[in-house]
Amino acid sequence: MVKEIERVGIPVVHVCTVTPISMTVGANRIVPAIAIPHPLGDPALSHEEEKALRRRIVETALKALSTEVTDQTIFEVK
Amino acid sequence: MAKLRIVHYINQFFAQIGGEEMADYKPELREGCIGPGLAFNQAFGEDAEIVATVICGDSYFNENLDEAKATVLEMIKSQNPDLFIAGPAFNAGRYGVACGTITAAVKSELGIPCLTAMYEENPGADMFKNQVYIVPTKNSAVGMRDAVKKMVPLALKLAHGEEIGASCVEHYMPNGIRKNFFEKKRGSARAVDMLLAKMAGKPFTTEFPMPDFDRVTPNPAVKDMAHATIALVTSGGIVPKGNPDHIESSSASKYGEYDLEGVMDLTADTYETAHGGYDPVYANQDADRVLPVDVMRDLEREGVIGKLHRYFYTTVGNGTAVKNAKRYASEFAQELLKANVNAVILTST
Repeated sequence: MVKEIERVGIPVVHVCTVTPISMTVGANRIVPAIAIPHPLGDPALSHEEEKALRRRIVETALKALSTEVTDQTIFEVK
Repeated sequence: MAKLRIVHYINQFFAQIGGEEMADYKPELREGCIGPGLAFNQAFGEDAEIVATVICGDSYFNENLDEAKATVLEMIKSQNPDLFIAGPAFNAGRYGVACGTITAAVKSELGIPCLTAMYEENPGADMFKNQVYIVPTKNSAVGMRDAVKKMVPLALKLAHGEEIGASCVEHYMPNGIRKNFFEKKRGSARAVDMLLAKMAGKPFTTEFPMPDFDRVTPNPAVKDMAHATIALVTSGGIVPKGNPDHIESSSASKYGEYDLEGVMDLTADTYETAHGGYDPVYANQDADRVLPVDVMRDLEREGVIGKLHRYFYTTVGNGTAVKNAKRYASEFAQELLKANVNAVILTST
């Protein structure tokens, strides 16, 4: 799906936990997520902490979309 | 001759420990064979026997790759096997990646003959087919009998150090290594046969398949995020509560387009996941954990992004055929283009 979106000319970032799969599939901008059943969350945290964590991941995704890349690139969440 | 000692790797599901709710199961070593190991033992007869089975949850393995790999490898080594078998993983993506990772590690670090098996669209296949022998299987456990039939002779050849023939003869996925052999018919006759078959619309097998490098060049970055429209897409199966379009929990035959107008936060009362390939508890409690609508609304309000696109697109990426996923995305990508969406965040579970 990532490739089909990229193919029509829209930049796309893939947020996923198992980044080697994303690399194999051919995503160009990749952001590692937390866990398979909750990629953008962590039920062990309080609601506020969890939302802050989600925001950091989404901000990293936006940073990836704002960054020029020539090759497949993984953007680590800070 | 003594029976060859085999160690078998399977996931929590095939070990009958549990489904997705047990996918965090840590590596465990058990004596003897379990589940699919029975079929292998039967087929090996007097030649070989599974002496131990290593079990690991699919999520645990993939989320703790280095640690899980080291632990599983140590367990395998402790049994001093003559042969190692992983799977078959069929079309279970995380299981396929685990089988490929472990088989490759057994080969490179322990030097023990080994093989695995999975469906050709399993992501583990592309990742590892050039490193280890992978027997292609059907996309579900219905193909178990057939998989065992193909794996057993190849496994015995590997264990005995016999020469392995071409992939089409020994039933493994082509691994880029050429085997020379003499054809019965000369090249010109084979070429004419192929041409005639092609003209008659009959199936034929090319002798020189074109390599499949399906890569798409990255698009330029978004220049003005504060005025950009960003769309959310997911393969994690997030749908309005009740799954109005009945997107299937596995091998989805469709995708959904849903309106986010006025939706500020996904809640347990309004959204859920249709995905059958991961433990749905967390996504059902709060679907923002998969589709971050709440955070996108905050960023929209603060002016970090221009706006969140009104519609999101969703399907279930569990055993879904690559051909179908491609079609769904090429369809909704046209919609995103028409709506002047500047960029997409695609989340996967």
